[in-house]
Amino acid sequence: MKIIVCMKQVPDTTEVRLNPETGTLIREGVPSIINPDDKAGIESALRLKDQFPGTTVTVLSMGLPQVDVAMRECLAMGCDDAILLTDRPLGGADTWATSSTLAAALKKLDFDLIICGRQAIDGDTAQVGPQIAEHLHLPQVSYVEEILEAAEDHLVLKRQFEDRYHVIEVQLPCLITTLSELNAPRYMTVGGIFDAYREREIQIWSLEDIKDTVDMGSIGLKGSPTRVAKSGTKEVKGAGEVHEVTPDEAVDLLLERLSVIHII
Amino acid sequence: MSKHVFVFAEQRDGVIQKVSYELIGEARTLADDLGQSVVAILLGDKIADAARSLIAAGADECVVVEDPVLGEYMTEPYAKAVHAIVQERDPEIVLYGATAIGRDLAPRVSARVHTGLTADCTSLEIDKETKDLRMTRPAFGGNIMATILCTDFRPQMATVRPGVMQPLDRDENREGVITPFMVEYTPADQNVKIREVVKSTRKAADITGAKVLVSGGRGIGNAENFALLRDLADELGGEVSSSRANVDAGWIERDRQVGQTGKTVRPDLYMACGISGAIQHLAGMEDSEYIIAINKNKDAPIFGVADLGIVGDATVIIPKLTQALKKIKG
Repeated sequence: MKIIVCMKQVPDTTEVRLNPETGTLIREGVPSIINPDDKAGIESALRLKDQFPGTTVTVLSMGLPQVDVAMRECLAMGCDDAILLTDRPLGGADTWATSSTLAAALKKLDFDLIICGRQAIDGDTAQVGPQIAEHLHLPQVSYVEEILEAAEDHLVLKRQFEDRYHVIEVQLPCLITTLSELNAPRYMTVGGIFDAYREREIQIWSLEDIKDTVDMGSIGLKGSPTRVAKSGTKEVKGAGEVHEVTPDEAVDLLLERLSVIHII
Repeated sequence: MSKHVFVFAEQRDGVIQKVSYELIGEARTLADDLGQSVVAILLGDKIADAARSLIAAGADECVVVEDPVLGEYMTEPYAKAVHAIVQERDPEIVLYGATAIGRDLAPRVSARVHTGLTADCTSLEIDKETKDLRMTRPAFGGNIMATILCTDFRPQMATVRPGVMQPLDRDENREGVITPFMVEYTPADQNVKIREVVKSTRKAADITGAKVLVSGGRGIGNAENFALLRDLADELGGEVSSSRANVDAGWIERDRQVGQTGKTVRPDLYMACGISGAIQHLAGMEDSEYIIAINKNKDAPIFGVADLGIVGDATVIIPKLTQALKKIKG
């Protein structure tokens, strides 16, 4: 089985703090990580590789050259190949342009299964996976919570909805998007880390490498249907009163206030 | 010319989902600003009877596609129908609920139509001059708000999280048009097979509909202490909710999680008990009508959004408050 996992390197948004004086984001010192849903995708690909000898797992990413670090982590976890698509005109892409570009790269590769994380923690859109599937005319199963059965020609998946789940059978080739709840990703091995940095190469692709599959009108900022008109930190509403009181005084205060706002 | 504000009305087991009414309420405002109509899209198996309910909720028209293949949600049959309607009707705007269905369907449709899609919007507005849709959403884990435009492609498409927009009061006498729409399906459209549909037996908690939420964070100490919050919630006629940490720790069910990766709530009263107030949590509750925070740490960020803050141990204060309320009621 040939599996390709699409991976995004993201800032760890749980580590982001606001500067209390200026209200702006403090970006310095925020670590970059493999997007958690994508990491679950890598783990599920590696488990399929454990199950089906001869399976290859390729990780594909689009981003800045710094993504190299996350790519090497994927190799150290056990991925066979890593392709980083990086070129200046690709910058500023929205989900439509990102998915068009990744689809153009995927058309250059052989695959039976494409795995994407459901969504990235910096954008939270959950759009790129289904959009790639559409560009490649593949069936998609998103929000995959569990792989119940895997065979050379099909998968049986548990697909999560809020109030139910579906047990879905899908023929390969297809695209699935994974939830971080899917599994606990394995750690890199020491030997794996050593190899990832000493022995292994990240393939760097530029626009030149996908020129016969890409639509130049569908990449980067210019090929993006949406654009950001304005962005900024939220207006924080003015803080109310804060009281340091004994528990009994607190209860009296709460009762008084609940009555004022007509809750009691 | 592109025209009208369309809403994908989500149904499950033939029941229109609440988010669809919320979207129609919002679409009404947008359509009135544009001088256009609200059109609901309803897909399902023998679903036409439910169309009236969308008209009562504020739609001017409901386009209905009925086919057995549309009974239970599947990506391709749904995408095919919505795409066909978009091709035929050329909408100005299409809105979807940011649910596990809407977030699967909308990107697929956007790629097929070649138009932009803005995810998880918290506010929508028609630009007074250009008449473009201004779509505002949290990004970067809720740390920033971004306003997105899609000026050169139509329809402008957005998903909106449940609980964010307000439904209109229902008017059962409202007049509207119900338009049947035909989509030809072939076996190839069913490119996946649903082997089984397993519905959650536990009734999902609806924290987005609660007037009062008593919400627990890591500061409540352990899973058992949620019982203290539940007692207070019962006394106030509310529900219990939680920060992410307690959900991840398995102390409480995931459908009670408030925040960026949980639900957006705006109750009349939100009581944050032992919640420090990470940005991701604030993103889901800061629009609540009134916020009371109880936290041992006087520097906790939750006090920055609270109307009333009490520095103290929620596990001590909450049971005392419940007792006091019981005494008042006699």
